[in-house]
Amino acid sequence: MYPSFDSIIENLNAGKTYTFPGGVHPDDRKSLSNKDSIISPSIPPLLVIPLRQHIGSDGVCCVEVGEHVLKGQPLSQSSSPFSVPVHAPTSGEVVAIAPHVVAHPSGLTEMCVSIKPDGKDTWCELSPLTDYVEQDKSELVARICQAGISGMGGAGFPTHIKTSTSKPVEFLVLNGIECEPYITSDDRLMREHAWQIRQGLDILTHLISPKAIIVAVEDNKPEALEALNIACQDKDEYRVVSVETKYPAGGEKQLIQVLTGREVPRNGLPADVGVMMFNVGTCYAIADAILHGKPLIDRIVTVTGEAVKAPRNFKTMLGTPVSHLLEAAQYNPKKQKAPKVIMGGPMMGFTLSDATIPVIKTTNCLLVPSKKELVDDNAERACIRCSACADACPASLLPQQMFWHAKAKEYDKAEEYDLFDCIECGACAYVCPSEIPLVHYYRQAKAEIRLQRDEKNKAEKAKQRFEARNARLEREKLEREEKHRKAKEARLAANKAKEQAALNKEQTSPAPSDAKDKVAAALARAKAKKAALQAGNADTTSEVSETSPPTDDKKAQVAAAIARAKAKKAAQASNSTEQAVDATNTDTTSDDKKAKIAAAVARAKAKKAAQASNSTEQAVDATNTDTASDDKKAKIAAAIARAKAKKAAQQSDSQTQTVETNSDAPNAEQSPSVNSGTDDKTSDNDEQDEKKARIAAAVAKAKEKKAKQAQLEQSSEQSSSPQDASDSVVDDKKARIAAAVAKAKAKKAAQAKADSERENNTE
Amino acid sequence: MTMSNTILFAVIAIGILALVFGLVLGYASIRFKVEGDPLVDQIDAVLPQTQCGQCGYPGCKPYAEAIADGDDINKCPPGGEATIKKLADLMGVEPKPLDAAHGEEDVKKVAFIREDECIGCTKCIQACPVDAILGAAKHMHTVIAEECTGCDLCVDPCPVDCIDMVPVTQTTSTWKWDFSSSPKGDIPVKMVS
Repeated sequence: MYPSFDSIIENLNAGKTYTFPGGVHPDDRKSLSNKDSIISPSIPPLLVIPLRQHIGSDGVCCVEVGEHVLKGQPLSQSSSPFSVPVHAPTSGEVVAIAPHVVAHPSGLTEMCVSIKPDGKDTWCELSPLTDYVEQDKSELVARICQAGISGMGGAGFPTHIKTSTSKPVEFLVLNGIECEPYITSDDRLMREHAWQIRQGLDILTHLISPKAIIVAVEDNKPEALEALNIACQDKDEYRVVSVETKYPAGGEKQLIQVLTGREVPRNGLPADVGVMMFNVGTCYAIADAILHGKPLIDRIVTVTGEAVKAPRNFKTMLGTPVSHLLEAAQYNPKKQKAPKVIMGGPMMGFTLSDATIPVIKTTNCLLVPSKKELVDDNAERACIRCSACADACPASLLPQQMFWHAKAKEYDKAEEYDLFDCIECGACAYVCPSEIPLVHYYRQAKAEIRLQRDEKNKAEKAKQRFEARNARLEREKLEREEKHRKAKEARLAANKAKEQAALNKEQTSPAPSDAKDKVAAALARAKAKKAALQAGNADTTSEVSETSPPTDDKKAQVAAAIARAKAKKAAQASNSTEQAVDATNTDTTSDDKKAKIAAAVARAKAKKAAQASNSTEQAVDATNTDTASDDKKAKIAAAIARAKAKKAAQQSDSQTQTVETNSDAPNAEQSPSVNSGTDDKTSDNDEQDEKKARIAAAVAKAKEKKAKQAQLEQSSEQSSSPQDASDSVVDDKKARIAAAVAKAKAKKAAQAKADSERENNTE
Repeated sequence: MTMSNTILFAVIAIGILALVFGLVLGYASIRFKVEGDPLVDQIDAVLPQTQCGQCGYPGCKPYAEAIADGDDINKCPPGGEATIKKLADLMGVEPKPLDAAHGEEDVKKVAFIREDECIGCTKCIQACPVDAILGAAKHMHTVIAEECTGCDLCVDPCPVDCIDMVPVTQTTSTWKWDFSSSPKGDIPVKMVS
């Protein structure tokens, strides 16, 4: 386990510190810039403030072009907890909100607010919080967030996230190490503003309530150490510790190791080992934010290197273009082969692509090296496997192995060597005798791996969406099929129900079936089809079959012939078949001619009666009484009846005619069946349906007339085949005549409208 | 006598051991039986999941299955050389150059609908394999750039040709450290120390 709190305190009291593995001792070159005090350069003609200056997401811009802003006015709002706002560094007019080259090695653009200073440098209204001890901690944290403070040591982690930690903190460490060569911004800040740093430390102590407070300063900055010692002398719990100079002791994990002997776990945070660390610059900014109400709008930037005549530290407004600072430091381009400015220190910084790049919250140094300070870009030679890099690595990695794999683009293997634990301190590259820019290979490999991870995540997401889409399409297809199937079932069920209903009715008119019935059935089918086409009602069809059946032998045969012809067509209409068959059963009662004739007479009478609006029963009675009349009389009566009916039909009396059509046509068998004792049942039938059916049948017949005439020859031939061949000729003739008459009537009748009463009367 | 006993014991001991291990292995083979074909999933994980169909199969998974059944590994233009290399490693075959018949490796692109010209026909929505196009009938459509795989499948169905494939713009977060465009060795302190 790592050292306990007590043993660490003991060590610190004894003036002992731990150490971290590796590390290098480069020439610090700090004396170039740390001799002169911090000054403020003139206000630049244009300030460019990137909306994102730290790790995390952008804020949302809350000013408009043309708007006049005051110094310290927020330019963006933090939309997520990981975001902090940026503020106007001076008063002036917003002239552009557009992408601008930012401080990034890529030289790519990001959204920036450009402000043209008005030179008055007017502050917005500030609300200092001098009695912070009385205030709620969350209020202080909100203040720190609203002041836009993010870590000023380099990484730029939003400070309010750190300060609102819930984990118990044993050590609060103030990092005044500034181990990288050339940079002196923290050094000068500690020397000149030790008291404000102490105030900031007070605020942090109040917020975090640590068990111990350590202020760590490297021993190559004795003046800063002294200044902090003086500032913290009244509080014993503030331990100002001098740390041995070794690069990169200022790294967070390394400094924790130096002070406490504890190692921050990989993928872990300092809070995991009970440590919280702040940069002195951040601490200064926190004091500014709380005690003076000032947001983070400027910072100390070291401008150094041998290509500037007056290297020193500048209290620079954020957004100041690099070129303006170089001017203030009297940049001499002649000392460089090509203009080259490094943002950050010599070990970890990156070369800027553009002199208009603005200073941001994490910019601690601008290094302008002369020719003799720079390594030749093409000096890289082959790795000689000396392992000096492994000795220098402060994170105990194997830089050489990572280099091999990174160079060969074997990123997974590089990762196996813990590439992501590399802090990119540059110690390995510094010691490399072959001048290999190792860190650059690691940076490239890391970027590539991150990108691959992103792509992998994206691919995974795409796959999920693709699969979800396929699943959806499949589901929709099934749903569609299911819908169709259900609709079909419903249709079949409806049909069945109709059949059932029809069957129920038909069962009320029982009938023995024989060969003739089939003929009748065929005819019925044909009619039914037509009727179905016109009436669109299955019930109607069945009724027609029921009520219009030819049963007499000869007539039936003729009818059968016609029916067969029709049946051919009718066969296509499968729906009506069963109904027709049912009808066959009902239509079977074969009777003699007399009966039919009588029936015809009766119908004719009934018609008249109906026209006189007589009741159904009268018609039935008439039928019964007339049944007994003999052949001749019956025929005459029938003829008269027909003639009358004809006239009546012409007078647009549709129903009766329809019925007569049925009776006079070769398929008139209704009345006899009534006489044979089934009249009650017949009359039980649904009158409406029968009526409709007959009308439909009549219409159908009329239409079929021409077709029948054409088929008459054939019909007669076929008619000879059935049993009663002797009577067939005479009856054929009659039948045809009757049929013709019926058809003619039907034709006219078809034009007429329906009338249920008369229909009933014929029954 | 002792000699034959020793041999007998040895044979018995070995026999018992063989039996025990046989039972253990037999149990393990049932208990830890691997369902399905993990190879197809591995191949599928390597493929870029653009679902573009340029390989001739309706999506990445069917191509993964085809590769597992012995199809060529060089039919995926969106994946390019990197994917071919990974597939070659996975399948234990030699990497071969991308089959030009299926297209050429291109920079990553996303679809962009020129919204003024969109007539709202929804044809592109039906074509998109990852549901990355938003819109309704007779209303303007738009591409969710984050979700677009750049598969090109929406371009052809558009009756008014209002869909462009635009290269993805690089941001600071997607930027790759490029040695050719940025200098390598800037550790100035080396020279003076």
